[in-house]
Amino acid sequence: MSAIVGPNGAGKSTLLKAALGIIPRLSGEVHVFGETIRNARARIAYVPQSASVDWDFPTTVLDVVQMGLYRKVGLLGRLSGQARVQAHECLERVGLEDFANRQIGQLSGGQQQRVFLARALAQDADLFLLDEPFAGVDAATERAIIGVLKLLKDDGKTVVAVHHNLATVRDYFDHVFLINVRRIAEGPVETTFTTDNLHAAYGGRLAATHLTELAVIDGAR
Amino acid sequence: MNLFVDALFLQAGYNAALVAIGAGLLGFAAGASGTFPFLRKRALIADAVAHATLPGVGLAFVVMVGFGGDGRNLVGLIAGSAVTAWIGLLLIEWISRRTRLAEDAAIGAVLGVFFGVGIVLLTVIQTMSAGRQAGLESFLLGSTAGMLFQDATVIAIGGSLAVLLTWLMRRPMTLVAFDSDYAAALGYDVRRIDLLMMGLVMAVAVIGLKLVGLILIVAMLIIPAVAARFWTDRSTSMIWIAGGIGGASGYLGAVLSASAPAMPTGPIIVLVAAAIFMFSLLLAPDRGVLAALFRHRGFQTRVHRRQGLLALAARHPIREAYTLRLLAREGLVRPDGVPTDAGRAQAAKVTRDERRWDVAREIYQDAGLTGRYDGLTPIEDVFTADEIAEFDRQLGPPVTVRGD
Repeated sequence: MSAIVGPNGAGKSTLLKAALGIIPRLSGEVHVFGETIRNARARIAYVPQSASVDWDFPTTVLDVVQMGLYRKVGLLGRLSGQARVQAHECLERVGLEDFANRQIGQLSGGQQQRVFLARALAQDADLFLLDEPFAGVDAATERAIIGVLKLLKDDGKTVVAVHHNLATVRDYFDHVFLINVRRIAEGPVETTFTTDNLHAAYGGRLAATHLTELAVIDGAR
Repeated sequence: MNLFVDALFLQAGYNAALVAIGAGLLGFAAGASGTFPFLRKRALIADAVAHATLPGVGLAFVVMVGFGGDGRNLVGLIAGSAVTAWIGLLLIEWISRRTRLAEDAAIGAVLGVFFGVGIVLLTVIQTMSAGRQAGLESFLLGSTAGMLFQDATVIAIGGSLAVLLTWLMRRPMTLVAFDSDYAAALGYDVRRIDLLMMGLVMAVAVIGLKLVGLILIVAMLIIPAVAARFWTDRSTSMIWIAGGIGGASGYLGAVLSASAPAMPTGPIIVLVAAAIFMFSLLLAPDRGVLAALFRHRGFQTRVHRRQGLLALAARHPIREAYTLRLLAREGLVRPDGVPTDAGRAQAAKVTRDERRWDVAREIYQDAGLTGRYDGLTPIEDVFTADEIAEFDRQLGPPVTVRGD
């Protein structure tokens, strides 16, 4: 599990979107599992920020989860009963099985984030890219989401998340990628998530209290 | 009135029947293929595309006359209008993607410029002596006079193709309209799907030009979709409901205009669609205005009842007149505000349920169940009897509410 960490405007979301080809990239090649992004697409699941869509859209929770199956089913294929079962299983994994037939606007912010996660699970991918999965969600949802992600990790999947809560980086992630427009540092959390590197990434923008807090964690180690 | 009934059952003459069937088919195609542009919030692009057909009509006329043909050949005019509409569409797309102008500015610019060029062209054509130009201006507001079987065939074939493509592409288009970033991440070509979506709109617009006119065709594309949204929460059902509403407005509008002399067909069709929209807005279950009013009223009543009962239990005086009336009507308080026996029992129950919820929240910290606590949902709807018994065991003996 890797975190992409950096201040606002550092380009965390942009990095994910450019890697996925959602926005055009200026230069560089993207390789996933040793293949070009074109060939590896089926193995990648993307979880966008839940604030990025119109939640009044006429679709149900189950429909959204089944969107994760569209590529597999193809343009003309039918969404079989098996697909439905699969979608229900994914909803169960995020704890939303009772909400399958709701219109998506009737969910709370945290539940909406879980729906997006369930949709990514339905893709049955090997690499999960999440854009601020914990933004604006309640504590229970954060625990539920991190639980699902840790299970994915145990299954041998790769999870990369844009993350902005510095206090939880150590608890959630093994690997960290510090970025502020350019790459600052990258590596295992223990050796990379240090006060020095954070200073380099955040500069004066990191509140002093935050630094001391993190330094305390540093010292405790 | 007789004329209306005759027209309704296609007995009011060959031309009226042809127009009614043609308008019905066009309405269905427009409603169905307008669904996704509406969901993608691109309704105004449809309007710009419709206006961008006008220079094409003029140019096609000039070209056909120039080659010595009939300047009013429908297929030729449709082809011409499709070409300029497509150019207009690409221009909007290009301006909003490549410049700093927002999409609405691009729409306004393209709509105005293309329409202006079209009007100038038509004016020039009016002064030409060749080619029987009379009738070209009917492309602005539509005309049913002299509708030919060929026209109806064009609508039927083009319309069916548009509906079929909308149905085939419903998943990618839903995906793009709902969450275009995710669609791109899955590997869909969002730009191409957007162009297809608007291309369908353009196709319906050009085949409907002669009947409804380019100024009002956008209403046939968008109003049915807006109305359909009130009746369903599924985008795929919306395609068919919007198609049905569009078809009904087209048919009814044509019939209405045939039953009165000199009534313009296009505007009447749009007014019928607007009437269906108003009906949906007011009366649709769930999303309609009336349903919302009833829901709000019911919610208010429950809040007042519960707050009143909690006040009784805490032995606070109730000052809100509506609350008192509500409780008095149920026989829970006397008119002077003193609780009756029934009122005391109810108050004790409400207070106890409150405490049961407290316990429930402690036990089920993470579950979606306690998320359903809004102070109004009866606890019996959320938890089973044995679960509630467990809460009671932890709560201890029930409290009583005295009333003196």
